[in-house]
Amino acid sequence: MDMPNPESSPNLASPPPGPDMSRRSFLRTSAVLASGMAALAASLSPLRELGDHVSLEQFVQKYYKELTPEEMAQVLKRIEREVERQYGIRPHVQDLKPMDGVEFVYALNLTRCIGCRKCVHACVQENNLSRTPEIQYIRVLRLPHGSLDIDNSEHNYAPESVPEKGYFYMPVQCQQCRNPPCVKVCPVHATWQESDGITVVDYDWCIGCRYCEAACPYWARRFNFTEPSVPKERLNPDMAYLGNRPRRQGVMEKCHFCIQRTRVGRYPACVEVCPAGARKFGNILDPNSEISYILRTKRVFIQLKEELGTSPRFFYFFDV
Amino acid sequence: MTRAIRNYLVFLGRCARIAVVGDWRYHLWMGVLTALCLVGLNAYAKQLVHGLITTGMTDQVSWGVYIANFTFLVGVAAAAVMMVIPVYIYDNEELHDLVIFGELLAVAAILMCLAFVTVDLGRPDRFWHLIPGLGKLNFPASMLSWDVIVLNGYLLLNVHICGYLLYCRYRNRKPSKWFYIPFVFVAIVWAVSIHTVTAFLYVGLGGRPFWNSSIVGPRFLASAFTAGPAMIILALQIIRRITEYRITDKALLTLRSIVQVSMLINVFLLVNEVFKEFYSGNLHVASSRYLFLGLHGYHALVPWIWTAIAFNLTAMFLLVLPLSRSLKWLNLTCVLCILGIWIEKGMGLVIPGFIPTPLGQIVEYSPSPNETLICVGIWAFGLLCYTVFLRMSVPVLQGRLSKANEGLQEPACRFDKLSPPGNVEGPRRYEGDA
Repeated sequence: MDMPNPESSPNLASPPPGPDMSRRSFLRTSAVLASGMAALAASLSPLRELGDHVSLEQFVQKYYKELTPEEMAQVLKRIEREVERQYGIRPHVQDLKPMDGVEFVYALNLTRCIGCRKCVHACVQENNLSRTPEIQYIRVLRLPHGSLDIDNSEHNYAPESVPEKGYFYMPVQCQQCRNPPCVKVCPVHATWQESDGITVVDYDWCIGCRYCEAACPYWARRFNFTEPSVPKERLNPDMAYLGNRPRRQGVMEKCHFCIQRTRVGRYPACVEVCPAGARKFGNILDPNSEISYILRTKRVFIQLKEELGTSPRFFYFFDV
Repeated sequence: MTRAIRNYLVFLGRCARIAVVGDWRYHLWMGVLTALCLVGLNAYAKQLVHGLITTGMTDQVSWGVYIANFTFLVGVAAAAVMMVIPVYIYDNEELHDLVIFGELLAVAAILMCLAFVTVDLGRPDRFWHLIPGLGKLNFPASMLSWDVIVLNGYLLLNVHICGYLLYCRYRNRKPSKWFYIPFVFVAIVWAVSIHTVTAFLYVGLGGRPFWNSSIVGPRFLASAFTAGPAMIILALQIIRRITEYRITDKALLTLRSIVQVSMLINVFLLVNEVFKEFYSGNLHVASSRYLFLGLHGYHALVPWIWTAIAFNLTAMFLLVLPLSRSLKWLNLTCVLCILGIWIEKGMGLVIPGFIPTPLGQIVEYSPSPNETLICVGIWAFGLLCYTVFLRMSVPVLQGRLSKANEGLQEPACRFDKLSPPGNVEGPRRYEGDA
């Protein structure tokens, strides 16, 4: 069928391009293309500094829970190799599984805590936390006597000596919730709760969307906004895959109750270092454990933001 | 079959070719946008190398202007439906041919959304962890996984609807109803869902009282249906100005009444929220106090939110007055709507959710220069996409780029002023109609 051709109006009837025209337009097109490519290359030039952020081996690595033991062994070898290359120290990286019949619970005695922040620094050392920029899993709040309203807390208190009159201190870290909001929101299952109650992060699977950080009601998650740095001489070579192995830029991390210690029967670093004996930790499924005794006999417990239904495994109590 | 594919490829090829044809104004506009895109790309390359430390975000305020823009643009994308509903449900003839321009805006907006979430990722190289089957998409527990699905689905739906209708026009065939009407209706529901799901991203967080409020979803929709059609009103006038495409004032005024009603609802919902927050005076008011009044001496957002409220209120009054029936005032109103809602729903919604932190700390946020450049780059990219889409679709809709004139010289020179007006007016006839 013939259609009226709108292009047939006289002002469109340009002569067919001659050889001269096409050469000129070819040259022009090439010039435009060449300068476009040059501009593109120039704008991408910062990528030359990208270095070894992404190795192919890591890029194609499977999800933690789907790795066979052989594949896991390969992954652990890769991590050891990478750490050795970066720090010059051959670490010992393990994939420690939760123990049967164990559920870890933490209790913190607010009457005893003196706010010295020794736990904060022990945690940084134990867990290879970045020194620049500074990442810390534990935040100690200073509160005026008589109030538990954390909107009134002081984070950056710096007196000559602690404790100070009229104040008490409340260290906050991951509360290892039974009903963790951070796990629910992760779009790729990169964070989950293990059978011993510890919520872990697979640093090799996290995409860095920070949704979990927004979801956490305890401000317990930390993001690697840039490549973390730990001085070589301070590196703790005793590492676990889901624990204190060095993290990379762009992923989330958090307190994991020192998995590399607690899953081999040791106390978390913060418990061990506390000079006031304020921190108590253990297996709630064992009726003879100290933590079971404390939860049985002490009278007043606080689960932080209990009304949110997160059901923390972290209890605050007072000596009364 | 191969012939059909060949025909389609010829169509795509001609569309691609026409996108680089235009007068000096067109080239200047495209050149500026491309340059801005490259500047943004350069900033993003720096961010990839050094990490998100190049932004103003911190562990305290862990989402910033990327997610703010994302939230706003999801609304713009969803608003395309406000043109589709009158056309396909109420048979509004005025808007009929303009639906495509709205849907193309939705496509451009979704592309910007995807770009904004991508630049917000700490590890964009691991995007494949989100692909169902290949990765481990946490569906249905994570609202973000819902968002991944609904946004990409909405993109595909709109690409299909626009692409199919344009190709039929190109072939001068009457579109088969079965091939697009069901998709149109799915897209209507889908458009509401993309914005509801995006609202639920925030609403679902029990630890953030500022977001954990059931009014956020309705507010999102109301503000989206204000800002989106406002944007379309401006876009249509630009199209009308630089091409010969016929767009009636009546169509614009139909959109005006949508903006009018939506803005009234939007302001009403805002009043509801402000009342609930401040009158009851419980401890959860801290974020709202920070936003509207400032908290403990910190008040970075206060001037912004009051600007937004002033814009919204002015726009609301202009919209209810007959004054805004004149295009000059309507345009002013639309600009006020867009800016007001961009502030209110972007920075005004995302940032206060983080201030104070769940542990009561106040750390303020403002975007870094590098972060701002990335945003500029993505906006330029979106405008570039929309311009290209229009450059391709306008001649097709006018019948100037069609199967019938394959092999002839492509329309050149001025954007589209070549075709005699007579060819574009009047009802369109299809081969089958005769």
